[in-house]
Amino acid sequence: MAETKTYREALREGMVHEMEQDESVVLMGEDIGVYGGTHLITDGLIDEYGPKRVMDTPISEGGFTGAAIGMAIMGMRPVVEMMTWNFSFLASDQIIQNAAKIRYFSGGQVEVPLVIRGPNGGGVQLSAQHTHSLENLYGHFPGLKVVSPVTPNDVKGMMITAIRDPNPVIFLEAGALYGTKGEVEEGDNAVEFGKARVAREGSDVTLIAYGRQVNLCMRAANTLEEEDGVNAEVIDLRSIRPFDEDTLVQSVEKTHRAVTVQEQWRWFGVASEVAAIIQERAFDSLDAPVQRVSGAEVPAPYARNLELEAFPSEKQVTNAARRALYIEEK
Amino acid sequence: MSAENEHSENGGAVATSSERLVDLYKKMVEVRAFEEACQKGFRQGKIGGYLHVYIGQEAVATGFIDSFKEGDKVITAYRDHAHALLLGTDPKEVMAELYGKGTGMVKGKGGSMHLFDVERGLMGGYGIVAGHIPLGVGFAYAMRYQETDHITQLYLGDGSISNGAFHEAANLAGLWGKDGMCPCLFIVENNQYGMGTSVERTTAMTDLAAKFDAYGIENEKVDGMDVEAVLECAERLTEQVRETGKPYAVEALTYRTAPHGAADFFEKYREKEEIEEWRKRDPIGMLEKKLLENDAADEEKIDEIRSEAKELIGEAVKFADESEEPEIDELYTDVYSGADEYMGEE
Repeated sequence: MAETKTYREALREGMVHEMEQDESVVLMGEDIGVYGGTHLITDGLIDEYGPKRVMDTPISEGGFTGAAIGMAIMGMRPVVEMMTWNFSFLASDQIIQNAAKIRYFSGGQVEVPLVIRGPNGGGVQLSAQHTHSLENLYGHFPGLKVVSPVTPNDVKGMMITAIRDPNPVIFLEAGALYGTKGEVEEGDNAVEFGKARVAREGSDVTLIAYGRQVNLCMRAANTLEEEDGVNAEVIDLRSIRPFDEDTLVQSVEKTHRAVTVQEQWRWFGVASEVAAIIQERAFDSLDAPVQRVSGAEVPAPYARNLELEAFPSEKQVTNAARRALYIEEK
Repeated sequence: MSAENEHSENGGAVATSSERLVDLYKKMVEVRAFEEACQKGFRQGKIGGYLHVYIGQEAVATGFIDSFKEGDKVITAYRDHAHALLLGTDPKEVMAELYGKGTGMVKGKGGSMHLFDVERGLMGGYGIVAGHIPLGVGFAYAMRYQETDHITQLYLGDGSISNGAFHEAANLAGLWGKDGMCPCLFIVENNQYGMGTSVERTTAMTDLAAKFDAYGIENEKVDGMDVEAVLECAERLTEQVRETGKPYAVEALTYRTAPHGAADFFEKYREKEEIEEWRKRDPIGMLEKKLLENDAADEEKIDEIRSEAKELIGEAVKFADESEEPEIDELYTDVYSGADEYMGEE
């Protein structure tokens, strides 16, 4: 059974599914309770579960993230909302220095079953301080898991998995897509981490992305088919750490060409990691250099036209694919 | 006289049994002997990295951990050896950790700054000043959420009071305490210096207990060199926090008579006279004097305690020295809990 739901509804359904089964699951964050959540993900939940399970916090990201780590160590399963991931820099000491490492430096004596979730990436004219894609930052640190679902079904299923995971999970939502709709499985649709999703099957070139850029790649794939007769495969990584190398490599072995797309800045990004993995494991299959499409090397601007220019465009993706196919760019 | 501390009506300790005082003396002497052995091990190159000893501050943790009850949690920063020993971790395992051995309490993965003994309630040793404070507040919330009557003893240094993590955590503690959801006893070990910078040089308002007023957390000060005063405070306040679920803060005025770490030169930032003055109030020396004066112990007993401590710590050093380094495969364990213990290439 599946129903059409928004990304927002599906995300909330994932959390509620686990809250119903496990009393140790609590939600924390700024304005998530009485106010209903800045993005209305948690609207009404305080009435259902009470203020001890749906906790409004002061605006102190480091403080409440650290407290949530303490709660997790004690066996609770807190789900912390970062109103946006941009505010997580204030909590980064807690996330990186505590959540990611305590299990290791305690010699395995404790675990940290914590989820930190919130909108990641830009696209809604929030400008420089409110626009970051942080998957490469958090993906860098051993001890963290990092996921970036783009479909409503995945956001629900991956939230269920995240809450059940005994490790800290950085849950990066496609903030610009909260209102988008898709089919969502009823009940427990837990989606395993570390498994990429083939979003579109194809044979001529592999487009690799995660989060919002997956949708961009889907549009680009349609254009390539219509305009160039090219059949592109689209891979949605979904999970940044752990990372599914096999699905990626198998696809490139089939298509012999790859374009890797990310909203974040080019240098030291996930796309670079993807390109490195392909050359390490599928070098002999490649018929062209791996192409990277990334955001412009600027702090995110405000004006709509500038913002659109700062992020990867469909044209950039289709042209990158054409370069990989040695056909003329348009 | 009963073995329990008795209180006068105004809450002050009137008498602590001789037996109990001798026991506390013994504990402090053991901690001191351990720390001195650490300093030696560091100089010999047996202990790597860095090392923060508790010399001069023994009465604080000794007094508070005396009121520790099973199920309670202790969390502290990196000056954590005493807390582990006082909670009952075998000195051998503590020393082996410092020596970087597989028999260490965290298998050689954390070292001096990250001592954990979860079974005994020690929830870590943390290396970033103030970074552990929010965790302790979270422990306290969880204890009430899980409907237990346990409490957190949260140790923090004077240096952490100027850090944002302290203020954010104290604010949360005060807030959650309003609903009885934060049984957390903040124990500020004010040893007067954050590394080489005195309290006066880090904040204009040097009454550290009073900082908690801003967050609706009741507080007081205690003479952290006087173990009996600490004991009284600890017994009364741990029960109060347990009873009410509200946080409370104690500023224990103490002094580190050793350098910040094993390798700093403390004459550079402190006057000799100041060090001498505090040394006169050494917690072990003061208690020893009292025991002798009150005939709670004679010289012979004191010598016996000291030589037993020396022997105990000597055995710990021997054990640490002779233990094997961690298995090399240990490098890859404990990164994650569960199936994906390690995600890299081995």
